[in-house]
Amino acid sequence: MQDFTDAFVLAFGLIATGNTDLVEIVLLSLRVSLTAVLIAGLIGMPLGALLAVARFPGRGGLIVVVNALMGLPPVVVGLLVYLMLSNAGPLGVLQLLYTPTAMIIAQAILVTPIIAALTRQVVDDLNREYDEQLRSLGVGWYDAVGTLLWDARASLATAMLAGFGRAVAEVGAVIIVGGNINHVTRVMTTAIALETSKGNLALALALGIILLLLALGVNAAVLAFRSDRLEAARA
Amino acid sequence: MHNIRSLDTAVSIAAPRAGDILPLVAEGLVFEAGGRRLIDGIDLTLLPGARTLVLGPNGAGKSLLLRLLHGLIRPSAGRVTWNGRPADAGILRRQAMVFQKPVLLRRSVAANIDYALKVRGLPRAERNPRVAEMLRTADLGDLAASPARVLSGGEQQRLSLARALSTRPEILFLDEPTASLDPGSTQAIEQLIDAAAANGTRIVMVTHDLGQARRLADEVVFIHRGRVAERTAAFRFFQSPVSKPATDFLAGDLVI
Repeated sequence: MQDFTDAFVLAFGLIATGNTDLVEIVLLSLRVSLTAVLIAGLIGMPLGALLAVARFPGRGGLIVVVNALMGLPPVVVGLLVYLMLSNAGPLGVLQLLYTPTAMIIAQAILVTPIIAALTRQVVDDLNREYDEQLRSLGVGWYDAVGTLLWDARASLATAMLAGFGRAVAEVGAVIIVGGNINHVTRVMTTAIALETSKGNLALALALGIILLLLALGVNAAVLAFRSDRLEAARA
Repeated sequence: MHNIRSLDTAVSIAAPRAGDILPLVAEGLVFEAGGRRLIDGIDLTLLPGARTLVLGPNGAGKSLLLRLLHGLIRPSAGRVTWNGRPADAGILRRQAMVFQKPVLLRRSVAANIDYALKVRGLPRAERNPRVAEMLRTADLGDLAASPARVLSGGEQQRLSLARALSTRPEILFLDEPTASLDPGSTQAIEQLIDAAAANGTRIVMVTHDLGQARRLADEVVFIHRGRVAERTAAFRFFQSPVSKPATDFLAGDLVI
């Protein structure tokens, strides 16, 4: 139990003193995961909406695949991205391995299926309600997708949050493609893994607490945004 | 109020011009689902003018008929033509439909109407005054900025009707728009329908409220088991219906 007490004291000490190393790690974590979620959203939301609205052969199979990819193990994604970006790999010339960009790519791959699958579910439900009305108004399928995405925005914010939660908490992919290099690619989760292996359990736990607060903060911010602007329109 | 009403079912108004979408002609319309024939060979011609009320027992196929005419579902057999042409995007744009349960977008009241006009490709400068005008007509002016989905049931249906009318449709299909509304809201809806009819919008409306049919109908199309049991001018229908199902229906008997 001593570890827990130490951890809390240490955590708030780190936050209170504004430890520069900590700030750097937190900012990199946020930058990598938020960028990855943004990219995943830009790909996953239209993809999910298309899977919900379009009818084409193989659609059912594709939905199963996307749903299954939600459970993609981060280390496997890390390994695949590593193979692509390593010097021997097809994208080796880009020299992206062990950079934040590589971490963003890996996390975006990890999160895209989550956002796509959740978007498909949300848009599918909404489309059941909207379909005939939109067709009656003469809305084409392309505009219908836009309308459905916009009208599902409150639920989609939750899907983005789920994606962010997954990205910011995973360690397997970022440690493989990022390498946990101090001041370059060290993020919250890789730092925790490192401190744990070094035996600095209190520091590791402190970082864990900060990570948790971070996740709480992001969720609270989105919820506040939702209740202000969106909740009423969603009723 | 100047109403164009044709009281005779066999009335024929001036020959259709090339630009008109009416007459709407359904020929041998059949709709099957799950091995059951839900619409069983309906022939129907709708000329400009009269307000047509579609009556019939639950499950007779009234809503299906409306959706077939509007083009939301494809018939298993038969066809629907508009002034001799099959429906296309251009013809769909000149129609509108109001559903039993209003489907409102998760946006403000004004934005719901604006959306319909935007789909029609109206520039903003034209949309804004028309949205304001429709809100006034439907008595929703005070609620313009409210989220549409928090309105009461009657207000929602009024908005749904206002949205449909904002596009100035030449024909308006209504599928039991007042089925779950209180009398006050029903009256407001009926007044809007009346006004639209007076402005020349062809009204085709499904209801199972006989009182409403009496108030609104110029003619009645009675549907039974997916067929047109009879089509009669309203004043005649309510006094002496021709078909047995309609007679039973008016007498309050179960029509099976």
